Amino acid sequence: MTKKVQLFITCLGENFFSPVLRDMVTVLERLGLQCEMPEGQTCCGQPFYNSGLQSQTVGPARQWLKVFAPTEGYIVAPSGSCAEFVRHRYPELFPPGTPEHAAAEDIAGRTFEFSEFLTKVLGATDVGARFPHKVTYHASCHILRGLGLREEPKRLLQAVRGLELIPLPEEETCCGFGGIFSVIYPEVSRAMMDAKVRHIMASGAEVVVVGEPGCLMNIAGGLHKAGSPIRPMHLIQVLAAQE
Amino acid sequence: MSEIPTHIDFRANVQAVRPEMPASVQKATARFLGTRANVVGELGEARWQQLRQAGHDIRLHTLEHLDGYLALLEQRVTEAGGHVHWARDAAEANRIVLEIAARHGVKRAVKAKSMATEEIGLNHALAEAGISVLETDLGEFIIQLAGVGPSHIIVPAVHLTKEGIARLFTEKLGVDAPADPFALAAIARRTLRQAFLEADMGISGANFLVAETGTLVIVSNEGNGRMCTTLPRLHVAVVGIDKVVPDMESLNVLLKLLPRSATGQKMSCYISFITGPRGSDGEGGPQEFHLVLLDNGRTRILQDEIARQTLLCIRCGVCLNVCPVYNHVGGHAYGFAYSGPIGAILSPQLLGGKVAGDLPFASSLCGACAEYCPVKIPIPEILIQLRRRVVEGDRVEGPSAPPVIRVAAGVGGLAFRLPWLYEFGTQVLKVAQAPLRRDGWLPALPPPVNRWTLARPFPAFAADFRQWWRSRTPAGRRKMQQRRIGAVALIAAAVGLLSWLLGRRGRQ
Repeated sequence: MTKKVQLFITCLGENFFSPVLRDMVTVLERLGLQCEMPEGQTCCGQPFYNSGLQSQTVGPARQWLKVFAPTEGYIVAPSGSCAEFVRHRYPELFPPGTPEHAAAEDIAGRTFEFSEFLTKVLGATDVGARFPHKVTYHASCHILRGLGLREEPKRLLQAVRGLELIPLPEEETCCGFGGIFSVIYPEVSRAMMDAKVRHIMASGAEVVVVGEPGCLMNIAGGLHKAGSPIRPMHLIQVLAAQE
Repeated sequence: MSEIPTHIDFRANVQAVRPEMPASVQKATARFLGTRANVVGELGEARWQQLRQAGHDIRLHTLEHLDGYLALLEQRVTEAGGHVHWARDAAEANRIVLEIAARHGVKRAVKAKSMATEEIGLNHALAEAGISVLETDLGEFIIQLAGVGPSHIIVPAVHLTKEGIARLFTEKLGVDAPADPFALAAIARRTLRQAFLEADMGISGANFLVAETGTLVIVSNEGNGRMCTTLPRLHVAVVGIDKVVPDMESLNVLLKLLPRSATGQKMSCYISFITGPRGSDGEGGPQEFHLVLLDNGRTRILQDEIARQTLLCIRCGVCLNVCPVYNHVGGHAYGFAYSGPIGAILSPQLLGGKVAGDLPFASSLCGACAEYCPVKIPIPEILIQLRRRVVEGDRVEGPSAPPVIRVAAGVGGLAFRLPWLYEFGTQVLKVAQAPLRRDGWLPALPPPVNRWTLARPFPAFAADFRQWWRSRTPAGRRKMQQRRIGAVALIAAAVGLLSWLLGRRGRQ
């Protein structure tokens, strides 16, 4: 039987990265999976939770569970931050014994970030991509430290035909996004982003690959402002490429 | 010299950062992280992780049995001939120290580096009482001359360059100071040696207090700690109640973690063990030893199960070294003695949300601090917990942020609870952004979100994935068709209603 994947498109993914979502479908279907897109999904509530608005998080979280709990198979997101939030925080948001808690425990075991799903669930590294370019990789905090995926995204990149992976200085340092942080303290956020952009420009890569929509927004904006020709791409876009 | 702040405005403090400062900080933090990587590497990752877990367990166990260990400590210190004082807050701690000083007619005091005395503003209180006090740690000596508080937990003058220190020495000490570290240290040493000999009182903090033996432990690299606590006839130590450890075995684990994390040393140059004043058999040390045990909000911190882990801290400063925010703003931006990630969680708990409510938000929640912390404090989790305290309030403290934030969030949250409203919103934004849109970007947004575009453009809203997805299946295409008909009908009805209303008004 074909394995089913529920697309958790995320609010940033939906509003700013439609091509990434289409490429997510492309890669998953190429690997023989059947994608479904649960209607009624909005935002997982993480921006509220991380801003100290825990009581406002329950509403969106309940809506998310209503949409995803009845689905079958894996739930896959183009974001480590959203996947991590649903997996780690939902069971804490609802008290044990409630139906929401049981649903949260269930989905926690089947929700994955994209590179995690490919490498750890499917055991895939070569997804049939070809992308003959010099590429460097920024390790997003929630993918790296939130989900503990240090090597997995890079293994996927290394298996792409023609791709040359160039190390990024201070690869694991935060790009300065940090959700609400970037709006509350724009000067600090900018200093961190400028440092990241400087390192990317110094790496000699044509493309910088990021696995997290939030960081992608930030880094892409930084490169655009700096007038850099370096192309910011989501990991999924590189894995979908067959140039 | 630290003073206890009445309000910390992190953003204003950041805007006041001198442009040359971050480079100076980054140079030092990179050096510490480099040496740390070497010594941790020598131990091996598995052993290091074991040690961290052991350190965490020891510290948590101690906090959970703090009452018992503090009682034991008091008993042992007293048995060793020392005097124990309990201070509920900063004012009480300062008063106790001043009373001891007054009893001994103290005119001049020397001080070893101590974060607890920075926290309570002791130097300020001593100066007001007419007692001259000299900081003897080189970094503290420098910032005392500069008249500022520490900008790093273990390297208080990290924000200054050697050129800046040379200028400061020339100006304040009236000597010709070259920008050479050895020459500068020699100048400081000359001033300090004389002060050690003349002081009536030595003041210190402590890195640890061993309950089992009543021993005060000071970890240092300059030897000034030992001189402050042995040369003057009177030694007063001001130490937070969280510094207690059960026994020497526990201490052993923490002494493996502290210097490696702090400076990348396997062991610091000096580790002083002080158990009471000097005995009668002619050994060295002060005639009188006083230990002031400082609460100053710590028992309140213990109330919250998650946030209490703040008190596991052994003040190594590695969270500062690895923090990208700290590395760009330095320590003074945090507005209090404690800076960096530990400052962002400790200061709001010590000072309250009204004073330090900005600080839990001064983090991108990147988690590097928690990855490096030698006692595994879940700093990002505590930051989120404290953000909640500031915005919504919890059982420890009511909210300190303006209620308008909660109201605005409630309105925003509605869209995420109602999928039709959310989806409608994504399409409205695509249209509404048109006047601001340039070349796939929104270069300038209106306030308050203009704070994003101060730094970089915002990507244009472009939600069309659902349409694409629905267009792939006949059922989806039907649904889209229905929605389109529904939308056209809705618009037609609205236009009809509007023209009817306008028509009525026109007739009236």
